[in-house]
Amino acid sequence: MAKIQAVFERLQAQGRKALIPFITAGDPDPALTVPLLHTLVRAGADIIELGVPFSDPMADGPTIQRASERALAKGVSLRQVLELVASFRIDDQHTPIVLMGYANPIEAMGVDAFAAAADRSGVDGVLVVDYPPEEGIEFAQILHQYGLDPIFLLAPTSSDQRISQVAALASGYIYYVSLKGVTGSASLDVAAVAARIPEIRTRTGVPVGVGFGIRDAATAAAVAEIADAVVIGSRIIEEIEQSSADQACTRVFALLADIRRGMDAATNRQGGTTWVR
Amino acid sequence: MAEHDYDLPDARGHFGPYGGVFVAETLIAALDELREAYAAAQRDPQFVAEFAYELKHYVGRPSPIYHARHWSDALGGAQIYLKREDLNHTGAHKINNCIGQALLARRMGKPRVIAETGAGQHGVATATVAARYGMQCIVYMGAEDIQRQAANVYRMKLLGASVVPVESGSRTLKDALNEAMRDWVTNVSDTFYIIGTVAGPHPYPMMVRDFQSIIGRESIAQMQEQCGRQPDAVIACVGGGSNAMGIFHPYIPVAGVRLIGVEAAGDGIATGRHAASLTAGRPGVLHGNRTYLLQDENGQITETHSISAGLDYPGVGPEHAWLKDSGRAEYVTVSDAEALQAFHDLCRREDIIPALESSHALAYATRLAPTLAKDQILLINFSGRGDKDMHTVAEKSGITF
Repeated sequence: MAKIQAVFERLQAQGRKALIPFITAGDPDPALTVPLLHTLVRAGADIIELGVPFSDPMADGPTIQRASERALAKGVSLRQVLELVASFRIDDQHTPIVLMGYANPIEAMGVDAFAAAADRSGVDGVLVVDYPPEEGIEFAQILHQYGLDPIFLLAPTSSDQRISQVAALASGYIYYVSLKGVTGSASLDVAAVAARIPEIRTRTGVPVGVGFGIRDAATAAAVAEIADAVVIGSRIIEEIEQSSADQACTRVFALLADIRRGMDAATNRQGGTTWVR
Repeated sequence: MAEHDYDLPDARGHFGPYGGVFVAETLIAALDELREAYAAAQRDPQFVAEFAYELKHYVGRPSPIYHARHWSDALGGAQIYLKREDLNHTGAHKINNCIGQALLARRMGKPRVIAETGAGQHGVATATVAARYGMQCIVYMGAEDIQRQAANVYRMKLLGASVVPVESGSRTLKDALNEAMRDWVTNVSDTFYIIGTVAGPHPYPMMVRDFQSIIGRESIAQMQEQCGRQPDAVIACVGGGSNAMGIFHPYIPVAGVRLIGVEAAGDGIATGRHAASLTAGRPGVLHGNRTYLLQDENGQITETHSISAGLDYPGVGPEHAWLKDSGRAEYVTVSDAEALQAFHDLCRREDIIPALESSHALAYATRLAPTLAKDQILLINFSGRGDKDMHTVAEKSGITF
């Protein structure tokens, strides 16, 4: 649990915000996942969300659905995702990995067996999209036993009472879904997000990341001014989708490095300590 | 007759370990709003009266119970009675639930309704009530199913609905449900999602059951009147399980009545080409609830097969999962071939054309009835009429129109 928290503490000392890219494990091919993970880190990722492919990704838009389908077509299972994390860990012991996915593959493995295997593989946090806090209490406790952070979602429609409910279970960070919709939706209303974050902060000390609808450096920069972390997924998947296998890492690097620059420039303007990579 | 000591689900929608609210946080507020609106509607005599009025004057309830004498004689055992949901407006039990949810949508001020459909029956019923109450209607349907059920697609369009093809995943019912959920989460402020079966996140399994349980309540009164007693067994087909839950639920506290759900064995359980979640599945989480699912060893949902599109679903309502584990209901399977035979038998013996879904319940009765005495009674939920299946049956018989 210490690893994610340590990242946020280090960034806070530097006056910077966390960049959290998302890719789907095994998309477009399992052989490309570990190189992509290292690329994300080189381009400025602080934490990585790694999607576990599922046959019925109810909360995802077309882009991440297609990524899931491509990975499943290659036979990628939860076990294989954990193996990919373990091989990423050979060269990178520091960048936290958060698995993001749906409940059924985890329940099929068994929650306890999963938590143990995830810990062994070097996973740091787990976000299960269809475990809201009321169904995720036991899961969160099991993750905590293995030192893993349970990451929960909050939405624009979450009541104050729910924010407190999530705050009581969450560690690592809280993922604020910036809009009503699925992943990959068009645009995000920065002002609306800015109005909501302070309410969340009064109820929890856990860092707040914002995702859904962040597609470019300008939006990422604007979000970095109001939140602790910027999560970006579908836009990266699109880049992978449009690249040939040998170009994917180069193009993803260019995209993410640009977003990193935008975020750091914004937080510098905001008065954070100057920091040059 | 024991008055309800069965009071599931609990406040959070659990039937034992099943049911619940397994959705992304983005949908929680909408489900809270729905739960509260439904609870208020149930207590409102005006809502209850309006629902009853619509069922009587628009749907044509109560549906009759018919003693299938010829068929019973031919089988040579128990007497078979049919609860004739096929005589409802739109030709199946689906309309009962659609009216309830559409009235609720109107009460909540939602001008737009969405639905998922497999065979198209729930889509047609939703399009019908949307037209009746002046609501915009969008129906999500797997691209594969759109091809198989062209007549129903046209019917929905005639009623003013937009039919959206779903190209993701296996392009069938489960994917249509995913897509409807995605629409709902995006348009949650003006949209009501009319789920067609007793699945999905709480309160749907309970609410759909409640709206459908008119079937069982009428049956209890009608059996008493016609036979002076209740049946020895109630039989219904189970896909998602709404017609079965509708007739089972009022019978749960009635001692001595066996409840038998019939799942689709497709080409046979051993072939893997079937849709028998309770018989051959394992518990898991899909579409907002925990229930029995057809899945592979990695927890991916598998594709299903049944001659009946309405039973072709990899999950099942969570209350059925609970009734199975608790032993109050038993679940059996019937193959495509057996269902088809029952379809033909009913046409010949009773001059009634059943839906292929209902034919599964009928097929099990042909197995069970001969083992019982002539004074025993089987009540079958005859959930829909078979006009929609003419093409499928003709094709199986090598006939082209």
